[in-house]
Amino acid sequence: MIRIEGLAKRFGERTVLAGIDLAIAPGERIVVIGPSGTGKSTLLRCLAFLDRPDAGRIAVGDLVVDAARASRRQILALRRRTAFVFQNYALFANKTARQNITEALTVVKRMSQAAADARADAILAEIGLADRGDAYPAALSGGQQQRVGIGRAMALEAELMLVDEPTSALDPEWVGEVLDLLRRVAAHQTMLIVTHEMQFAREIADRVLFMDGGRIVEEGPPAAIFERPQDPRLQAFLRRVG
Amino acid sequence: MVIDLEYMAGLVPVILRYVPLTLEMAVISMAIALVLAAALAIVRVLRVPVLDRIVAVYISFFRGTPLLVQLFLFYYGLPQLLPAARSIDGVTAAVIGLTLHFSAYMAESIRGAILGIDRSQWEAGAAVGMTELQLMRRIILPQAARVAAPTLLNYFIDMIKSTSLAFTLGVTEMMGAAQKEAAGSFRYLEAFLVVAFMYWAIVEALSFVQRRMEARLARAFAR
Repeated sequence: MIRIEGLAKRFGERTVLAGIDLAIAPGERIVVIGPSGTGKSTLLRCLAFLDRPDAGRIAVGDLVVDAARASRRQILALRRRTAFVFQNYALFANKTARQNITEALTVVKRMSQAAADARADAILAEIGLADRGDAYPAALSGGQQQRVGIGRAMALEAELMLVDEPTSALDPEWVGEVLDLLRRVAAHQTMLIVTHEMQFAREIADRVLFMDGGRIVEEGPPAAIFERPQDPRLQAFLRRVG
Repeated sequence: MVIDLEYMAGLVPVILRYVPLTLEMAVISMAIALVLAAALAIVRVLRVPVLDRIVAVYISFFRGTPLLVQLFLFYYGLPQLLPAARSIDGVTAAVIGLTLHFSAYMAESIRGAILGIDRSQWEAGAAVGMTELQLMRRIILPQAARVAAPTLLNYFIDMIKSTSLAFTLGVTEMMGAAQKEAAGSFRYLEAFLVVAFMYWAIVEALSFVQRRMEARLARAFAR
């Protein structure tokens, strides 16, 4: 069980997260939608402390972190229970596709190189890149890089996978393959996904959150959110994105 | 004949015998300076409390004063404070001086290279739960090294030439040998020309290696 209470973040004068409360059940897939600049990505980044939240509590299993006084050790522990998929892939440029997947396994999880390589090979096959394991990121297409990014996150077997606009930086031709992979991963992974792909959100989500102005304005199952939106801001947003 | 070419030719093998000592001083200083510079750069980038300030002063001092002054301070000045320093020979003093001096410059270029690494690399490492030091050692430094390599090689070239200052500490290296020969024959122009050409040849050989390496580095991470 993952519990977020009163998560808040300001950048200077601007309040980006105005107190987010959210509980995520194991295996649940939550999709966050909303206009840009409303704190969706910041929410994900704060959960991994890539941006440091100003206030609030994050509980993952038995680990409870008070954002305002989180220690270095707690932040590390929290990050080790989550996995992150970045909008711009953020693959390690000096590591091959396989090494991108094994890096955290050997260095953070202290797995043997042989065991890590075996898991990486299984994941490379799963993401359809069995023959590209020795390629550096610079030699991969955007879609391939993002699949490695997802593979790196899969390998961690994290309690929560945070997926930040996984297709926003991709050329349209690569979007399909990345979404297909995410659909497969979602079958057995708790996920919090920020996306602008509404069709994908509708298919994959157990629950959809609509954020505006740093708050969760409306939430519910995809059928309710997309077919019977209540809040005028959500109605306007859905009209805009078609 | 103003220049005695025959004398010069005769000097070449004499001075050549001291090339290994020059290279030895430069290579040892470079190796230690590289490690030291990387450590100094990491302290600065991670803003390690207290150490950061000390390192800032260290870098400022060694970049702000002439190498010759630093060498004299170590070799002639230090024994006054620490009698044990009296037993340090000229070669060791030169190696220490070169190391400290160049580590300050190299730390700054390594720091610049580290700061130039894309933020996404830090975030990706942090997100998978790596500590700052793991991240630094395995992700950031290897990429920064590639960026800094041409500059660091320039410092190595500079260092080779700077070993000639060891002569002022009584070390008979290439420059010292040339000086001794000239003092005996009064053929200063010839002796110093020979030593100049010899440095030039060493540096040219290194520049060749440097060009090859840069071409290789440009291809790195692109398989």
